[in-house]
Amino acid sequence: MKPGDQAPSREFGPLTRQMFVRYSGASGDLNPMHYDDELARSAGYPSVFAQGMFSAALLAGFANDWLGAANVRRFGVRFREQVWPGDVLTCSGTVVAVSAEAEADLVSVELTAARQTGGVAVVGTAEFALPRNAAPDAAGPAEPQ
Amino acid sequence: MTVAPDSHPDLGVGQPWEVVVERGKIAEFAEAMLSEDPAYRGRDAIVPPTFLTSAARWAPPGVRVNVGFDRKRLLHGEQEYVFHRALPRAGDVLTAQERVAERYSKPGKRGGTMQFATVVTEYRNAAGDLVAEAKATFIETAGKQ
Repeated sequence: MKPGDQAPSREFGPLTRQMFVRYSGASGDLNPMHYDDELARSAGYPSVFAQGMFSAALLAGFANDWLGAANVRRFGVRFREQVWPGDVLTCSGTVVAVSAEAEADLVSVELTAARQTGGVAVVGTAEFALPRNAAPDAAGPAEPQ
Repeated sequence: MTVAPDSHPDLGVGQPWEVVVERGKIAEFAEAMLSEDPAYRGRDAIVPPTFLTSAARWAPPGVRVNVGFDRKRLLHGEQEYVFHRALPRAGDVLTAQERVAERYSKPGKRGGTMQFATVVTEYRNAAGDLVAEAKATFIETAGKQ
């Protein structure tokens, strides 16, 4: 893995109110703006919208599938655009740095979750420590390709 | 952009509370984030990167810090999780404690002042070792001019 390497992008959605409700229950964030359309409209929104942390969790899952759930050392996001029912989020990731530690390679990545409009909902950065496979012994035979 | 430190920063500290990492809660959270990763199922399940948001939501009344922002103007700007050792897993009992780590303000884009507060939550194991930190940045948008 080296800087510039990209993860295969992945789409989540179309997102549904049921997904928002499920995230409300799982996270304990019971803000009704995410499941009560009447309330959301009375506050001036066209409908309910996704929890920012729901979009962040999708982006985290995408990064895990790429680099390994057990390897995460840091995961951070900035919230940009709101995400609405029916949206499709496309997650993408790029390696920006790799540094060698004693028993692992620390891989730093940039992550993006973009709406179908192209608008960016969430940007993230993360670090994953990838355990180094048994380093080839300099004196030993080369691994078959 | 100028960043002015507040003249009287109110850097509060909350009370510690117990966080029992439960396997059912992990599986529920994984389902909500549309993840089928087996790492999040079973008796040895590890936590997803943003799972600890649920620990904060289940804190008993009175233990969390209050940044004092007007809820109508409150935005969650950024969120980060850092894991200092092996990821928390099902069965772990952690102690969480919040503190307001930083306060600052910036001029609003249309006048007024935007207030920022960073809340750090530390999660420690029974030995007192720092296992994970969550860092949330909250924004109070400038009032109408």
